[in-house]
Amino acid sequence: MPKADAINAVPVQAPVPWSVAFAVSWGSLRRRFLRSLITMVGVVLGIAFLAYMLVNDNIVNALVALRNDTLNVILQKNGVDIFSGKGTDTMMLMLIGLSLFTCLVGIINAMLMSVTERIKEIGTLKCLGAQDAFIVKTFFIEASLQGVMGTVLGVALGLLVGLLVNTFAYGRFVWSAFPAFLVVKSVVVSLVIGSLMSVLAAIAPAYWAARKQPVEAMRVEE
Amino acid sequence: MSADVIIRVEGVTKVYTMGEEKVHALRGITLDIVRGTYVSIMGPSGSGKSTLFNMIGGLDRPSDGEVIMEGFRFGELSSGQMAWIRCHKVGFIFQSFNLIPSMTALDNVAIARIFSGLTPAQARRDAAGSLEQVGLGNRMDHLPSELSGGQQQRVAIARAIVNRPEVILADEPTGNLDLRTGEDIINLLGKMKMDLNITVISATHDKKMLSASDVVVWISDGAISRVAQRDEIKIDIGTIDGKTLA
Ligand SMILES: Nc1ncnc2c1ncn2[C@@H]1O[C@H](COP(=O)(O)OP(=O)(O)OP(=O)(O)O)[C@@H](O)[C@H]1O
Ligand SMILES: [Mg+2]
Repeated sequence: MPKADAINAVPVQAPVPWSVAFAVSWGSLRRRFLRSLITMVGVVLGIAFLAYMLVNDNIVNALVALRNDTLNVILQKNGVDIFSGKGTDTMMLMLIGLSLFTCLVGIINAMLMSVTERIKEIGTLKCLGAQDAFIVKTFFIEASLQGVMGTVLGVALGLLVGLLVNTFAYGRFVWSAFPAFLVVKSVVVSLVIGSLMSVLAAIAPAYWAARKQPVEAMRVEE
Repeated sequence: MSADVIIRVEGVTKVYTMGEEKVHALRGITLDIVRGTYVSIMGPSGSGKSTLFNMIGGLDRPSDGEVIMEGFRFGELSSGQMAWIRCHKVGFIFQSFNLIPSMTALDNVAIARIFSGLTPAQARRDAAGSLEQVGLGNRMDHLPSELSGGQQQRVAIARAIVNRPEVILADEPTGNLDLRTGEDIINLLGKMKMDLNITVISATHDKKMLSASDVVVWISDGAISRVAQRDEIKIDIGTIDGKTLA
């Protein structure tokens, strides 16, 4: 048999659809749910901080706009500059940037741990005929889902803390001047930013997972 | 090449480099494996059985030499083609079962079938058939953690045969099982060989494996020290036991 023919006679393994990868990711996420939660703490805190900062800014600006003397005294006592027009300053941007960075590192770290724990599993899947693309898909979906769930929790936490802190500090004023539209906007912005970051952070670990070789199935653990 | 040689191992060596030190795990193995036979690779710990298993299954590349399966030289195939070979031609069985912990027995078998290009529904149907074949028809929805070692290894066998491979490669398949369960697994592998005409290659230091074998290959220190055919084995068992006692 001529060599070239022999090589062409072996087909290339067919790709596996996204829906299957999704089912596999979901199963693994469900089984490891508590673990995922623990490793997601970084994401939750980072996004909670972002949401808190945005919501807090919305509420304080609304309070300043009330121009109520009693309220202004309390605001100044809390360190709010009631004369500067906009509350968004460089300090706040820096803090938000930092929180997002924390969040990014959180997801990457969580996923790298998850890959390390499952090197043998990846090797086994490759022995069964999985290709790199399938491993990339499953880990990408898993990391993204994990990040999005962490984001939702984080936003809820940030919103809750923002409302509680301000209600505690300014009492009924918060509710008379509540900037509902802006707060909803902040929530949506945090959700979008957190989800985008999660998806971005999922890429590197997914490729790292796919680089594991089939021979890792033989790895001895414990 | 004679028509019924399914795998030819040609002068395969493997050197692992660990820092300064070089470990010669295989020192030039040449071996023909005949289709439909049950081959046991025996040897002491560290002799290179698992390394040879990796080479035959295309899990790792030899430092030198070649593995040829049905005329295809592994060294010339792309990674996509190697994935196809591992999926369609070889069924792997491991000492520690290697089931995916988040999947039920059924899905553990079905995933291998999905990789071969079937839809999940078709894959599950075939997976159920394979599980019936290994006597686990009533355990399909159990997670691996809910199964005994012997049952897990049966699921692994169902997974290994679901794509109707030419070859089953097993590395110490009874290593984590008690005596009786190990014997059941060996008998099951022998039955798969007969029923499905699969070539079984098993690395082991379990002497129970000898009775099921058509050929026994002894390796020590990375080289083949002896090859025995079925008719020679019977007498050998006595000899080996004699040696062990001496
Ligand atoms: N990944 C590796 N890196 C370095 N050395 C290795 C590696 N894998 C195996 N070796 C070495 O190669 C030699 C053969 O190992 P192998 O695992 O093939 O033996 P084995 O016959 O399967 O032993 P056992 O019966 O204990 O499973 C040993 O000296 C081992 O230390
Ligand atoms: Mg071994």
